Amino acid sequence: MAPAQSASAPTAPEGATPEGRTVLDARDISRALTRISHEILERNKGLQHLVLLGIPTRGVHLAQRVADRIAKVEGAQVPLGTLDITMYRDDLRKHPARGPHHTVMPPGGVDGKVVVLVDDVLFSGRTVRAALDAMNDLGRPATVRLAVLVDRGHRELPIRADHVGKNLPSARTERVMVRLEESDGYDEVRIAPMEGLEA
Amino acid sequence: MSVDQLDHRLVIKGARILGGEPQDLYVDDGVLVAEAPSGASEIDADGLVALPGLVDLHTHLREPGREDAETVLTGSRAAALGGFTAVLAMANTSPVTDTAEAAERILDLGRLAGLVDVQPVGAVTRGLAGQELAELGLMARSRAKVRVFSDDGKCVHDPRVMRRALEYVRAFGGVISQHSQDPDLAGPTACCHEGELSGRLGLPGWPGIAEEVIVARDVMLARHTNSRVHVAHVSTAGSVEVIRWAKGQGIDVTAEVTPHHLLLTTDLLAGFDPVYKVNPPLRPDEDVAALRDALADGTIDAVATDHAPHARHDKEHAFVDAAFGMLGLETALSVVSEVMVTSGAMTWSDVARVMSQNPARIAGLDGHGGTLSVGQPANLTLVDPAAIVVVDRAASASLSRNNPWHDRKLTGAVVATVLRGVPTVLDSRLLEK
Amino acid sequence: MRKHLLSIDDVSVADVEALFDTAAEMHDVQRRSVKKLPALRGRTVVNLFFEDSTRTRSSFEIAGKWLSADVINVSAKGSSVSKGESLRDTVLTVAAMGVDGLVIRHAASGAAQQVSQWTDAVVINAGDGMHEHPTQALLDAYTLQRRMGTLEDKHVAIVGDVTHSRVFRSNVLLLAKLGAHVTVVAPPTLMPAGVTAWSKDAGFETSYDLDSVLPDADAVMMLRVQRERMNGAYFPSAREYTVGYGLTRDRLATLKPDAPICHPGPMNRGLEIAADAADAAQSAVLDQVSAGVAIRMSVLYHLLAGEGSAT
Repeated sequence: MAPAQSASAPTAPEGATPEGRTVLDARDISRALTRISHEILERNKGLQHLVLLGIPTRGVHLAQRVADRIAKVEGAQVPLGTLDITMYRDDLRKHPARGPHHTVMPPGGVDGKVVVLVDDVLFSGRTVRAALDAMNDLGRPATVRLAVLVDRGHRELPIRADHVGKNLPSARTERVMVRLEESDGYDEVRIAPMEGLEA
Repeated sequence: MSVDQLDHRLVIKGARILGGEPQDLYVDDGVLVAEAPSGASEIDADGLVALPGLVDLHTHLREPGREDAETVLTGSRAAALGGFTAVLAMANTSPVTDTAEAAERILDLGRLAGLVDVQPVGAVTRGLAGQELAELGLMARSRAKVRVFSDDGKCVHDPRVMRRALEYVRAFGGVISQHSQDPDLAGPTACCHEGELSGRLGLPGWPGIAEEVIVARDVMLARHTNSRVHVAHVSTAGSVEVIRWAKGQGIDVTAEVTPHHLLLTTDLLAGFDPVYKVNPPLRPDEDVAALRDALADGTIDAVATDHAPHARHDKEHAFVDAAFGMLGLETALSVVSEVMVTSGAMTWSDVARVMSQNPARIAGLDGHGGTLSVGQPANLTLVDPAAIVVVDRAASASLSRNNPWHDRKLTGAVVATVLRGVPTVLDSRLLEK
Repeated sequence: MRKHLLSIDDVSVADVEALFDTAAEMHDVQRRSVKKLPALRGRTVVNLFFEDSTRTRSSFEIAGKWLSADVINVSAKGSSVSKGESLRDTVLTVAAMGVDGLVIRHAASGAAQQVSQWTDAVVINAGDGMHEHPTQALLDAYTLQRRMGTLEDKHVAIVGDVTHSRVFRSNVLLLAKLGAHVTVVAPPTLMPAGVTAWSKDAGFETSYDLDSVLPDADAVMMLRVQRERMNGAYFPSAREYTVGYGLTRDRLATLKPDAPICHPGPMNRGLEIAADAADAAQSAVLDQVSAGVAIRMSVLYHLLAGEGSAT
């Protein structure tokens, strides 16, 4: 039998000519994250009760980067956790079972906190729905907000992001790929037609 | 081929008698004759081998008691299709064949079916309980003329009972056919050969010596009582050694081997399929090789099917709970042909010896096990030695489907069976009155 | 993964890694106040037990419930043979109710494998006769790996009534798969038939002498020995068994101080294992129990959550 598939997207093969076009490069990503960090602090009026929860895999890296920026500004560490949503997905039965990622409760938990969920791309909204369900089993935050690097539209559920790095109009058939240093070796957001890509 | 069955007159064209050169066989009034009778039906036997009708020393027909698994009639059909003209029906029915009346009933059911001679085997002990002798003498004096006695399915374990049985049957030339298996060495849940595979699978097994110690004891008892013992379904190399030694000593011992012990091995149990659960169990390669050698060199006298039909629901249990036994009548000749003849280990004349002449002699059956000579009853089987058959369990005439040969390709097939001049099978199809 | 878990032969090393990773996450879930995951919502799991086992049944039941499956316990104890119903009939009757997963425990070796041929449901072997108990082996190896870091090149002694033990048969397969060296220790009467050829083929050692094996062991698994075995002339007395093959206080002193001691339970304290050993700091017995739920959650999740496992 084959090992359970990893939930992470495949990385661009080394040296291959990438398809599509770059929509955010490393500097754009950095600027977007800095802006999001400031927005979060502004909206929350400081660090009070603030908690960041990254959604694996790339949301975790983004949450870490936001936390680092906040630390620079505020001089204090914002509690950071990761929230795995594998078992809450509504398409669980459409794929072979995938091994879940680690869920890390932030120091101090989530009860009564202002939780900012961090993910890379907001698309149908189903991942966020799963994340809200997963959060429900961890505790009861006072407020939940959503920060994403890219909002590409095509929502299938009544969900919107509070903090967006870039609104990226896209066709449903297109594919938006986020690549981050931590997991892929480089920072980039690219959009490409579905054709020519390994699904 | 068209045959007027009422006529009993046949011309069998170009049959290779016992595998020899092609010649014609003539049948008139159920007997082999020297010249073609007038108005005889003709059977084209070009390329076919003619054998004396096969005799099975060991068949379970399940009637009375388990008519859902087999009846004398359905078992007779399977026997005829397998080339048999006589079968010995084992006594472990319900009720047990341990009285003259029970034996005569089996004989009569066989005659009613009319496809093979069904000769009852009598129980050695009352109810197969292993304690008191059954009415051996009354069974021998009955219309059924019982000569073979067996508690098959169980071993006559008590040495005192076995000794007395051997002594007693001398009075009427009987023989004890022993299921050699020491129940203390083969525990109550034992269900397979004890060895590496049973160790790996965690199946309770019984070792070869559970059989061998009884074979050894019985040949010594046969010597002591100056009587005759027959070892049913020999399954181990150790038993073969003991029998070879005993024959060398002049002890009156005969032995049979089943087709499945000549080909199937214990590794088939790896999938826990109860169709391969049989008693004695399938053994490893070394035992199979020893059994083939012993059959070829005459240490083992006969092939006997141990045809053991079981209803589906008695086999569809967990392996240790499922019934023992497998079908064998319809496939026996093909298996022997495949294993012994195609390999060159035996000739067709040898096949006639181990599947007809020796069994008939051991069982004391008149009219069976002849040499296809003029004057003998026309009990014969025509075999196509080149036919390739793929066994289909659904096609069986048996009521049961516990067929370990399903989907197996075998070389050699029964084409026709003739019982006292009347074909019971032609073109591998049953002819019923 | 394969559809069913009938034997340790059904899982590859990669599968075991995936199962252990998920089990570790499940272990964390066990520590939450809300121990519920929605992964098997709408799935029905039947614990079909032909043999009593409160421990294993409860462990599977909790595992299924924490994954939100509907779990139903069916006790089919008492021989179906004597009731005139075949095993196949019993299984088809249960499966016809719309079951996604069948967790089966049976006193007969091979029962789970046979059942898997008769139903479309996913079949998980919760112990079949003396054959296998794969989830027990998985939780044992998981426990050892957490304690020892790795099983690669570790020396594990399995001691006791191995011939009647499904725990042994699954463990010897899994430990070898994970790179451990295994020595099986038992009196000759309690060694499996044909163990010489088997051990040579499978690469494990056998010994009749526990004292020579223990000092070198990195972990020891004690197996339960049933007192009834004395009636089968397997050994003369409980006292003699303990002297020869029990993990006594004296023997405990010869074991490496960090070598985990496992026992699948229930323990015969004083027979195969002394109280000092069972309760020692290096005893992993309670870890095994808590790992049991996590491993069974992991198995149920991997076999029942994804595509292809629906019926």
